[in-house]
Amino acid sequence: MSERIREKLNILADAAKYDVSCSSSGGTRKNDNKGVGNSHASGICHTYTEDGRCVSLLKILLTNHCIFDCAYCVSRKSNDIERAAFTVEEVVSLTMNFYRRNFIEGLFLSSGIFKNADFTMERLLRVVKKLRLEERFNGYIHLKTIPGASDELIKEAGLYADRMSINLEMPTESGLKLLAPDKSHEEVKRPLGFVQNQIVQFKEERKLIRSVPKFVPAGQSTQMVIGATPESDKDIMHTANEYYQNFSLKRVYYSGYIPISNDSRMPVLGTQPPLIRENRLYQTDWLMRFYGFHVNELLNDLNPNLDIDIDPKLSWALRNLQYFPLDINVASYRMILRVPGIGVGSAQRIVAARKFGKLRIDQIKKIGVAYNRAKHFIKCADSPYQLKEYQSTQIKSFIMAESQSKYVQAANQQMLLF
Amino acid sequence: MITYVFDGSLEGLLCAIFEWFERRPGEVRLKTRQRHQPDAFSASFEVQNDTKKADRVWKGLQKKLDKSWMRRLYCCYLSEQPEAHTAFFEFACYLFSSSEAVEKNYGNEHVLFVAQMARKVEREKHRMEAFIRFQHTSDGMYYCGIDPDFNVLPLIMKHFKDRYADQQWIIYDIKRNYGLFYDLDKVEEISMDFNTQARQDKIPAHAGSEKESLYAQLWKDYFKSTNIPARKNTKLHIQHVPRRYWKYLTEKQDIL
Repeated sequence: MSERIREKLNILADAAKYDVSCSSSGGTRKNDNKGVGNSHASGICHTYTEDGRCVSLLKILLTNHCIFDCAYCVSRKSNDIERAAFTVEEVVSLTMNFYRRNFIEGLFLSSGIFKNADFTMERLLRVVKKLRLEERFNGYIHLKTIPGASDELIKEAGLYADRMSINLEMPTESGLKLLAPDKSHEEVKRPLGFVQNQIVQFKEERKLIRSVPKFVPAGQSTQMVIGATPESDKDIMHTANEYYQNFSLKRVYYSGYIPISNDSRMPVLGTQPPLIRENRLYQTDWLMRFYGFHVNELLNDLNPNLDIDIDPKLSWALRNLQYFPLDINVASYRMILRVPGIGVGSAQRIVAARKFGKLRIDQIKKIGVAYNRAKHFIKCADSPYQLKEYQSTQIKSFIMAESQSKYVQAANQQMLLF
Repeated sequence: MITYVFDGSLEGLLCAIFEWFERRPGEVRLKTRQRHQPDAFSASFEVQNDTKKADRVWKGLQKKLDKSWMRRLYCCYLSEQPEAHTAFFEFACYLFSSSEAVEKNYGNEHVLFVAQMARKVEREKHRMEAFIRFQHTSDGMYYCGIDPDFNVLPLIMKHFKDRYADQQWIIYDIKRNYGLFYDLDKVEEISMDFNTQARQDKIPAHAGSEKESLYAQLWKDYFKSTNIPARKNTKLHIQHVPRRYWKYLTEKQDIL
């Protein structure tokens, strides 16, 4: 018995790991029935794998049997791998026993499509219902919405799950058509829109009647695979922006493609996953959501791709030197936030502290600003007067010279010929 | 410069603040009784604990500060660092001496220190919430021993009480020799007498419940299969899970 469950867990956790969504934040479930579990608003990462990704949920597939044959997926029909399926009881007891030992924040349940969408969705629903109703589990549950499942099933699942998600898979429709002819973005948009409508509706009703249950309180998310098809960063981020706007998504995840097959339409086996690019995309995503940047400022027809050697905020600042240097003792919070080397926390502290007197360089450093980077763009009370104006290329080389990128393994400067 | 000597408790610290305003001795040095070394050239003053005085200072702080700042001060105290005591003291004196809301003056070194120290303590608290691994004993108890950098047990109590409301658990601070015990109704402070040389953060193998080793094994398996070898990034891994916490983690037991 225990050997078989180990085997299943290995197969089904391995198949689920390419879904990068890991967050357990935004849950608001309180333990008010003397059961087990209480959501932590910011989420908790209980451990990190050796590739540095956080583990906060037990992320598994219910089964890796699948009727689809998507080229980018390990569980595709034509792939010759071991198949397995959990029973509802097995998933429930694994989740409860892991949760009770403080291993996890909750469950991330996805599944390959067996038979049809409704059949699969119904199984997923049975797991979450059992957890919530029989085990009185108040931890976090992230559930995949199966495209094509009926509205009734999705609606019922939404009452028990904290977050639901559907993956876009490829950033553009044409990319998706190339690798997964059976799928389309329309299929994703419909259920995303349906769940979004329900969230709004339930919220409105809750305002009037307190006893209306919560519906997907932690919102929806999606994921795109990066680097399997030749989209530009602009395509990717504009798609992401569109989905943030239209479906009020909480997160869009970017997953660097890890070659898993010899398909000629995709990068060959052994190609390094595009980790830097993925990192830059997440940085752009953050700039859009927390720093007040519009996607067009960062990526447009003139700059369709992000710089690999510098981050997107620095790269924006270098393209827009007309705004700098900025006097941090008078500039608006919005502009201070745009200075490379100053984050949200530092910007807030600067704005709060400058009411008590003009800020000097030493204070700015202590507050937490990355001064070596920011110094090219700001003026403090005691900044020396500077006559010379540097070009953006010069500033870039100053910053590059004193900071070592974490991605550069060893100095790889080209040697001089003569 | 006069040295104020107090007993290291929160009450003592608050009384020291009270005494400073009573006497106005100018600049002072703050020392706990343990760390104080009398010398011939400077005077010292013994702060006597007095609940009434401490209460007055605490209430005074509450009047001037919002909840988040009160928590920061409390966290700062729980760090048990000598510099944190001084910063707490100086911060309070600065606050009471001015009429403005000076807690926002991050340009002041003591304000900044309190804010930064509180962040360190909150980070340690959060790590404990993440890295504690309970083991299920044969008598139905969930146990974990820890030795956090700061005294965070008072901060994590509520989290675990709310979360594991239907199971008995013990979280024991080995370094400070006290722990929390939840009996399905309320949390109590306990202290235990360990008479073995064995590791106190884990229970002995024979004391575990029937399924304990199975679930530990399943968790290790899960940890292994959810890793993507092609993306290996040890630096990032260690940044998130510093080595000193590995001893808590079930999934790291084979490596240690």
